[in-house]
Amino acid sequence: MGAVSVKPEALATRLGGLSLPTGMTPARDAALARLSAMGLPGKRDEYWHYTHPSAFNAATAMPAAVGDNGAALFAGLDAVKLVFVDGVFDAASSDDLTLAGVSLSRLATAPEGHWAQASYGALEAAGQSPIARPWAALNTAYASDGLLIHVTGKAAKPLSVIYLRRNETSDVVLHHVVKLEAGAELTLLEQGPAASRFNHVLEVDLAPSARFHHIRAQGRDLARHAVTHIFAHLAAEALFKSFTLTADGALTRNEAVITFAGHDAKAHIAGAAMGDGAFHHDDTVFVTHAAERCESRQVFKKVLKHGAVGVFQGKILVKKGAQKTDGYQISQALLLDDDSQFLAKPELEIYADDVKCSHGSTSGAIDDGALFYLRSRGVPLRVAQSLLILAFLADTIAEIEDDVIAEDIRAQLETWLARHES
Amino acid sequence: MLEIKNLHVKLEEEDKQILKGVTLSIGAGEVHAIMGPNGSGKSTLSYVLSGRDGYSVTDGSATLDGVDLLAMEPEVRAAQGLFLAFQYPVEIPGVGNMTFLRTALNAQRKTRGEPEISAGDFLKLVREKAKALKIDADMLKRPVNVGFSGGEKKRNEILQMAMLEPKMCILDETDSGLDVDAMKLVSEGVNALRSAGRSFLVITHYQRLLDHIKPDVVHIMAAGRIIKTGGPELALEVENNGYADLLAEVQ
Repeated sequence: MGAVSVKPEALATRLGGLSLPTGMTPARDAALARLSAMGLPGKRDEYWHYTHPSAFNAATAMPAAVGDNGAALFAGLDAVKLVFVDGVFDAASSDDLTLAGVSLSRLATAPEGHWAQASYGALEAAGQSPIARPWAALNTAYASDGLLIHVTGKAAKPLSVIYLRRNETSDVVLHHVVKLEAGAELTLLEQGPAASRFNHVLEVDLAPSARFHHIRAQGRDLARHAVTHIFAHLAAEALFKSFTLTADGALTRNEAVITFAGHDAKAHIAGAAMGDGAFHHDDTVFVTHAAERCESRQVFKKVLKHGAVGVFQGKILVKKGAQKTDGYQISQALLLDDDSQFLAKPELEIYADDVKCSHGSTSGAIDDGALFYLRSRGVPLRVAQSLLILAFLADTIAEIEDDVIAEDIRAQLETWLARHES
Repeated sequence: MLEIKNLHVKLEEEDKQILKGVTLSIGAGEVHAIMGPNGSGKSTLSYVLSGRDGYSVTDGSATLDGVDLLAMEPEVRAAQGLFLAFQYPVEIPGVGNMTFLRTALNAQRKTRGEPEISAGDFLKLVREKAKALKIDADMLKRPVNVGFSGGEKKRNEILQMAMLEPKMCILDETDSGLDVDAMKLVSEGVNALRSAGRSFLVITHYQRLLDHIKPDVVHIMAAGRIIKTGGPELALEVENNGYADLLAEVQ
């Protein structure tokens, strides 16, 4: 377990107002024990050096004005709609929890003996080593609701989760468990601001040859604080693809912990983040190659202006015996002014001798030469800038396989750019 | 069409005077060539006319059909009919060539108060123009100039010119980096665009290009000034004798 500061009093204060929800009791108790052993993170913790955890450490959520939730994304897609309002599942606004090839239920109402009892919190627990992730442990202990998704075949439709927010001080902890059997396929979409303070965990367990696509658009609320974790475990020949769009938000920490346990699996994780002003966005990724011939790609890009801050901490760990690993990592920031900042910490740790691993990290301004070239052809300055910003982010969107979804995400980016021209 | 009078230009960063009084008049439908040794200010002239940052005009003027070019943003100059074929066309990863062409064409139309071209008409137009320049569908789909050979980049410049139909075209060393066949292809593209209402300013080091694109007038530029103006025979003189004689003559 990693070196997270143990601050018993601080933790007691943080947990003071909370009580453990019912159901999944052994997993919740174990998570609480993990959290107590870890304590809350502080600035001295290596992985919290660039992102201050105080907003998460505070006993209550800071009020965040309810922003414009905006038009729902992916509206043109035939999907099963699942709505949460301030973290509470809203059955009236949601579709029925029935879908061919999928068993779908809620964490809050899962009965004793539910299949997810064996899965809930398992990947989170495994993902606490070698680096502690206290907010994920807190999530497993205190999550009030979430979706338990068991996929046995090819899901007939994507699941589209919409998080709405009505309350200025909502403090929400949601935990989803996704389990795909051999050869099963699922696309999971998530969108919306969810809460003033949002703690989100997504555990994804992929059996051999299972295919999972995840596209997430975090809401546009300016004052929102969010800490999210994805834990993915891949068996042989499985495919995991995850894309996250973050536009606005006071503080967002998106962690991903991906483990290759079987050979010839692929995991691609991508993120596009855009911030203007009071915006701090942190992608912290840990990919473990523990099997042969697996391919991992981390593609993270950020567009920052007016003092916005971007952080990237990405690691590729190749264990002994994980030969023919193909690991790739790129993190880039486009700084639209001199006030913005990008902090990157790429890490490679390799114990196999026949692997291909590369990483790159850059930050810079819009290319003047390209800008002039476009303008010399009659493209106005603002349009030219937007075109180049979208071009910068194109590699992340390219990780989305579905064209309709990719187009929706691109439209979101364009809308954001139009709103933040000056 | 293009009137340049006593143009003085400084390179802002180095505070260095590059153009020291250039005067040039190009009538409608005329093709003028500017030749000159390295560092004479040829490329600076093309950049200043098209509005690139980093240059400051300290004296003189440049007008296009009587309108002050130097006061306009680069995109407005383009919409007014000015086009620069770059010596080094810029690679723009992530922006598709087709998207680029369509965005540029529609932006110019919008600036001029004309309706946008429909997707169908655009496609038809671009295919027709690309075919003449031997630009295949793959090149149109790829990001702007990314992975293009030197010749492909220059052909792509001429394609843009053909699509945007400017009235004043400046070709900045379009022959550099081209083999004989590519130069012929590019020249044919340019010649196809010659018309009574369209003028050209061809900047080059070598007479070779002028065998293909026949100029009406040839100017020799040195040390920031036009030192001699004549007919096509002036280019041949340079080819045979170099610039030394001409420079000595002026001094």
